Amino acid sequence: MYFADLHTAFASIEHNLGGIKHLILDKLKDMKVCLAPVKNLLDDMSNPPLLELICPAGSLPALKAAVDNGADGVYLGLKDNTNARNFSGLNFDEKSLTEGIRYAHTKKRKVLMALNTYPQPATLSRWHQAVDTAASLGVDAIILADPGLMAYARKTHPQLRLHLSVQGSATSYEAVNFYRERFGIQRAVLPRVLSLAQVENVIENTDVEIELFGFGGLCVMVEGRCLLSSYACGDSPNTFGACSPGHAVRWEQTPKGMETRLNGVLIDRYADNEKAGYPTLCKGRFEVQGETYYALEEPTSLNSMDMLPEMARLGIAAIKIEGRQRSPAYVAQVTQVWRAAIDAVKKDRATFKAQPAWQTALAKVSEGSMNTLGAYYRPWK
Amino acid sequence: MKLSLGPLLYYWSREDTLAFYEQSAEWPVDIVYLGETVCSRRHLLRLPDYLELAEKLSAVGKEVVLSSQTLIESESDLKALRKLIADGRFKVEANEWGAVRLLAEARLPFVAGPTLNAYNPDTLAMLAEMGATRWVPPVEMPRQMIKDMLTALPESIHLETELFGYGRLPLAFSARCFTARHYNLQKDDCQFRCLDHPDGLVLASREGEDFLAINGIQTQSAKVMSLAHRFNELADAGIDVLRLSPQARNMQRVVDIFRALAEGDIQPAQAPAQLDRFMPAAPCDGYWLGKAGMEYHSVAHPVA
Repeated sequence: MYFADLHTAFASIEHNLGGIKHLILDKLKDMKVCLAPVKNLLDDMSNPPLLELICPAGSLPALKAAVDNGADGVYLGLKDNTNARNFSGLNFDEKSLTEGIRYAHTKKRKVLMALNTYPQPATLSRWHQAVDTAASLGVDAIILADPGLMAYARKTHPQLRLHLSVQGSATSYEAVNFYRERFGIQRAVLPRVLSLAQVENVIENTDVEIELFGFGGLCVMVEGRCLLSSYACGDSPNTFGACSPGHAVRWEQTPKGMETRLNGVLIDRYADNEKAGYPTLCKGRFEVQGETYYALEEPTSLNSMDMLPEMARLGIAAIKIEGRQRSPAYVAQVTQVWRAAIDAVKKDRATFKAQPAWQTALAKVSEGSMNTLGAYYRPWK
Repeated sequence: MKLSLGPLLYYWSREDTLAFYEQSAEWPVDIVYLGETVCSRRHLLRLPDYLELAEKLSAVGKEVVLSSQTLIESESDLKALRKLIADGRFKVEANEWGAVRLLAEARLPFVAGPTLNAYNPDTLAMLAEMGATRWVPPVEMPRQMIKDMLTALPESIHLETELFGYGRLPLAFSARCFTARHYNLQKDDCQFRCLDHPDGLVLASREGEDFLAINGIQTQSAKVMSLAHRFNELADAGIDVLRLSPQARNMQRVVDIFRALAEGDIQPAQAPAQLDRFMPAAPCDGYWLGKAGMEYHSVAHPVA
């Protein structure tokens, strides 16, 4: 085959796949088989997603900002501890969720609902209801961490697309494939601990779509495997849906400087010329053997934009932007920049270069105004 | 109440580790967990060494369980995991879901470790159905929730419950090595500095309050979780096994005190006074009570 014909050849394959898809669907319709899951699967086969831009929506205005600025999908949660951004004033009730889904779907964008905390015995029905709500309002997928909840979703709403949350702590293909075999998950969000070479090893050994974090707050710990917050104040991301929650935080101006505390524990102290940050406890300054420093992690943001060409080569299905707790203005800015970057890398991987203007725009909204490639870049570890 | 010796969370010299387990053969514990659960770079003992120890301990009547690594990152981590499972002589403690998958596939019974995040009866029942014969609740799980979990399990399911009852709490895992970071070393060239900190490296707040302990890629509590003073509350919550986590010194003394509690030779209220001088740091028990894990409530002063 001549190289000039490649494009035509691909177009023809895609076209035929589409035809085969409709044949299968018609046949199944005759057989009165439940079509939705089959249709989803065939859609994925004939058109695997590449670098979908998934943006945070902590509120309806944030959702609209994401959609208007080019997100392929948004993720959101309900106003309770069924998701890992359980902060007051944030998230959706049934009314705003209905409106959000309508808004996104009108513009052909996806809505993913995070139900990614761990249900507990006394309140299990709250998580089940949340799954039911997601299914009845027509979200495009739910993002789960708990196997028990996945079993419920699979059994009760077999047509509902399931994503494995980063809170599920799956870092190997054996773990990812466990959720695939058992519950038919179609996508997994990998914890921010793997290098890209390790991500590649996962991808080569699973047919689950892989989503990676691209930008935003950085957990230095494996998500779902961090209890630092409950050790200090009783509430952890796993059960309460928040780390270092607001009710345990105190800010106090003292003669030594601004002090931030979590349930009484001094997390950091800032000189007058320093900008005080939120006391997320892994990002405080502590003393180890007489030396005071950011012993666990600096207050930095993850920014993996430089690695987009590599992520495109690996076939990463989606890039997730962190920050449901951030403002609609943040969402608009970050979405706009990442839309431009992803479009550019899809157009030409070889010549892609993150533009200085993009990086400047992102740096302005970064936590601590510093960026890191995190674990994707091995020496960070 | 059975007593177990949890997996060694620290990195000790080969001699110290072998000596520790040789002595443990004489200690009044029922179960011994062996294996590296924290860092794949720690290799002073390898699987054949653990298997040899396992044979010895099992010959003197201990139940031996091989614990799997918690954070699996690479193909070589998976290879090690497959080898651990393939041996088949000893039960395995699964500490992530990849291990669960491989164990279920091999139809082998296993222990469901604390990092599997079994927070509700549905997930726990699923683990039992896949072959778990015992589970260790997440270390943050309060007494009441453990009770609720067990009450809600179908009657057909029989699972032992093992609680992390003594030791610095394993709280978090990271890809980053905090010990290497402290010494300004790359993780890949860490010079095995963990060897210098046999009970972890204490991290204090800037006003001198001991808060956490760094143990390679693991972050622990600085305080030592102890339920010695609440030993009589355990059976009521459905606890069958109490896990004692190895520490560098005086572990035998610690085991002896918990054995005396199990036998009723000393009362829980007397235990803290006896235990105190053998502990590397102050105690905490908040998690058991559904409070911040770092809190401690002595039994003489009941919780409001």
